Amino acid sequence: MQSTARRFKQNAHEAMADAPLQKALGNIKHGFIQKRRKAAARLPEFEALRDQAREIKNHTLAHLDFYLERFEQKVVDNGGTVHWCRTAEDARRAILSVCRLVGAKTVTKGKTMIGEEIGINDFLAEHGITPVETDLGEYIIQLRNETPSHIIAPAIHVNKEQVAEAFRKEHTHLEPGRLLDDPPQLLAEARQEMRDKFLAADVGITGANFLIAETGSSVIVTNEGNGDLTQTLPRVHIVLASLEKVVPTLEDASTILRVLARSATGQEFSVYTTFSTGARRADDLDGPEQYHVVLLDNGRSDMIGTEFQEMLRCIRCGACLNHCPVYGAVGGHAYGWVYSGPMGAVLTPSLIGIGEAGHLPNASSFCGRCEEVCPMRIPLPKMMRHWREREFERQIRPTVARTGLRLWAFMVRRPWLYRRLTGFAVHMLASWAHGGARLQRLPMAKGWTAYREFPVPEGSTFVDQWRAHQRQILEEELA
Amino acid sequence: MADEKPNVALFATCLVDLFRPTVGFAAARLLEDAGCEVSVPHVQTCCGQPAYNNGDRKDTRRIAAKVIKAFAGYDYVVAPSGSCAAMIRRHYPELFKDDPKRAEAAQDLADRTYELVSFITDVRGRRAVVARHDGSCTYHDSCSGLRELGVREQPRTLLRSVFGLDLHELPDSDVCCGFGGTFCVKYPEISNRMVEEKVKNVQETGAEMLLAGDLGCLMNIWGKLRRDGVDIQVRHVAEVLAGMLDRPPIGEIKPKRDVPSWPPASASVQD
Repeated sequence: MQSTARRFKQNAHEAMADAPLQKALGNIKHGFIQKRRKAAARLPEFEALRDQAREIKNHTLAHLDFYLERFEQKVVDNGGTVHWCRTAEDARRAILSVCRLVGAKTVTKGKTMIGEEIGINDFLAEHGITPVETDLGEYIIQLRNETPSHIIAPAIHVNKEQVAEAFRKEHTHLEPGRLLDDPPQLLAEARQEMRDKFLAADVGITGANFLIAETGSSVIVTNEGNGDLTQTLPRVHIVLASLEKVVPTLEDASTILRVLARSATGQEFSVYTTFSTGARRADDLDGPEQYHVVLLDNGRSDMIGTEFQEMLRCIRCGACLNHCPVYGAVGGHAYGWVYSGPMGAVLTPSLIGIGEAGHLPNASSFCGRCEEVCPMRIPLPKMMRHWREREFERQIRPTVARTGLRLWAFMVRRPWLYRRLTGFAVHMLASWAHGGARLQRLPMAKGWTAYREFPVPEGSTFVDQWRAHQRQILEEELA
Repeated sequence: MADEKPNVALFATCLVDLFRPTVGFAAARLLEDAGCEVSVPHVQTCCGQPAYNNGDRKDTRRIAAKVIKAFAGYDYVVAPSGSCAAMIRRHYPELFKDDPKRAEAAQDLADRTYELVSFITDVRGRRAVVARHDGSCTYHDSCSGLRELGVREQPRTLLRSVFGLDLHELPDSDVCCGFGGTFCVKYPEISNRMVEEKVKNVQETGAEMLLAGDLGCLMNIWGKLRRDGVDIQVRHVAEVLAGMLDRPPIGEIKPKRDVPSWPPASASVQD
C-alpha cells in the first residue's frame, strides 16, 4: 500500500472538513467506548486477564523462534504448508504461486490487515485473479476503491447512503428501483451477492487472530460468519498472518480471546470464533483440500530486542483507536497507511520508516487513554516518545524546532538566566496587551492564537512575588 | 515525629510561575492549612517535559538532574499540576535507569513528590477544606494526573466540602482537552478540534466556573472559551479550595485599567 503518512497534516485537515466522516466518527464515542466499559465492568477478573494476556505474549516473544518452528512442525504434521516470507513481496509471490497451482480465477477473502499491508488485492488483480472481499465492511470499501479506516471496522467512515450508492453502481443486474434505505436491505443484498461468490471461489484467504503452536491451528474471530465460508468452501485455504500472532497453547489463545472482543466491540465473545487445523481429513464432510500458512515478517523481527518489542503484543482489537481523541478527530485515513490511531503511530514507523511516518508518533497529546484501555497493556505513549527520540537523534525534525528546544533547555538549566528571561517575557506580554488581560495574536505562538486567546501573565513571576512576600513578612516581624 | 510539621517544597511549575502566581499562593495556603511548613526554592524552573516529549532525552536528563538537586532535603515536593508531578514521579526514575547512582536520587525524589490535591487528601488525610463559594462549578480531569497518578476522587471530595458550591459533573471529563504541551502548537488544528469538544461539554453542564488541576489545560480551555465569547470563569481548583476567589479568574486581571490612557502615564512608575 502506498503511504501518504508524510502529508498527515493535510490529510487531517481534509478529514476534519469532511462532514459525513465527522458524523461517523461521532458514533464511536457512544458505541464502542460505552460497550467496552460495560463489558469490562461485567467481568470481575478483566484486569487480571489483561495481566495474564500480557505475560503470555511476553513469554512468546522471548521464545518466538521456538514457537514459530513448533507451529510449522504441527502444520506440516497435519499435512499443511508454511511459507516463511521475509518481505511483503515474498508473501505476494507465495500467495500467487499457490493460486496458480490450482488455476484459481477468483479468491474470496476474509478480513485481513496483513492483506492490506502487502497490497494483495491489487497484486492478484494484476495477475488475472479476482479478489472478492467477504467481510461486509471490506466489501463496501472494495467497491468504493478505498482502504480500511479502522482495523476492526474498515468502513466506519462510510454512511448508509454511500453504501447504497456503491451497491447500485456495482450490482447493475438488480432492479434499479429497489429500496436500499435501511441497513437490513443493504445487508440482505450483500448476502445475496456474496453467496455465489463463496461457492465459485477457488481459493479462500483469511487472516488469523492467533496461530497456535501446540496444535498448528489458526484462529479467526468474526461477527458475520464470512470467514468460515471463506476458509471451508474453496479447495484451498490460505492463512495470511504476521509472525507475532503465534501463542503457545489453546489455553493461551482462550485467555487472550476473553479480553479481545470485550476490548474491541464490548461483546463477551465474537459471534464466530473458528479454529482451523489443516486441510480436510479423510472422514471430514467438508473443508479445503489444501491448507497454507503465509507467515509474514516484513520488519517485525527487527523490533525484537528494541524498545518497540512490546508493540508485538498487539492483538488488533482497535480499543486504542476508539479511545484516541486524535483518531476521533481525523479518522483512520489521515494516518496515511494501513494502521491508524495510537497502535498505527507506533507500528507504522517500524514498518515503513520514521522518515516517512514521522508525523504519526508526534500527533499525540500523550493523554494516555490508549494505554489505559489496551488489553495487552502496551505502553503506547512511551513508545511514541521513543520514536520522537529517534527522530531527534537523527535530526529529522526541523532545525528551528530543534534549536528552539535546545535554547529553552539551556535557559531552564540556569535559574538566574531563567528568572531574568521570564521577567522579561512578563514585561513584553503585558506591554503587547496594552494593559489588557489577553492577546488575540502573538507572532511567536500562531498555532495557539489561530484558535485561542493567549493569557497575559498576572504580574511578576510567582517566585519573585513569593520572595517579596517573604521579605515583607520578615520586615513586619522585625519592625 | 508525627506531630512535627513536614517541610514541603512547593514546585510552582513553569506555567504557574509565569502566568498565574495566584495558583502558587493558593497551593501554599492549602499546604499550610494542612499543617505543612512551605518553602519555595528559588532555583526552580521547569520539570523538563517539553524536552522529554519532543525526544530530547539528553537535555531532559540534564534538567532533571538540576531539579533533583533543587529539591534535595525536603520531606515532600508538591506541585499544583498532575502533569509536572507525574513527570517527576513516573518518568524521572525511568530517565536514569542506566545510571544507578543518579537513579537512586531520582527514585528518592519521585517517592517524595506529589500532586497538590492528592497530597492534601492522601498524605495529609484531609477530607474537607474551609472555604465557601456560592456558585456552580464543573471539573475537568487532566490526563496525566488522572491516568499517571490516579487523581480523580480527591478533588471532587474536597470540592464537595466547599460551602455553597454546586458541583456539576462534566460529560467526558476524562477526555483530553487538546493541550498536550507542545502538541497544541505542533498540531493546532487537531488540538483545536479537541478543545472545541471540551468547550461544548463545559457549556452543557451549565456551570458558571470551570476548574482543573493543571494550568496548561486551563489556559487552553480558557483561550477557547474566550475566543468563542463564552462567559464561563476558569480557575485552578486550588484557588477555590484555598478560598482565594477574591482574585480575578484566569485571564480577567486588568491591572492598569484604572490608569487613564491620556495624558500618557509614562512618567508614573508602577510596580
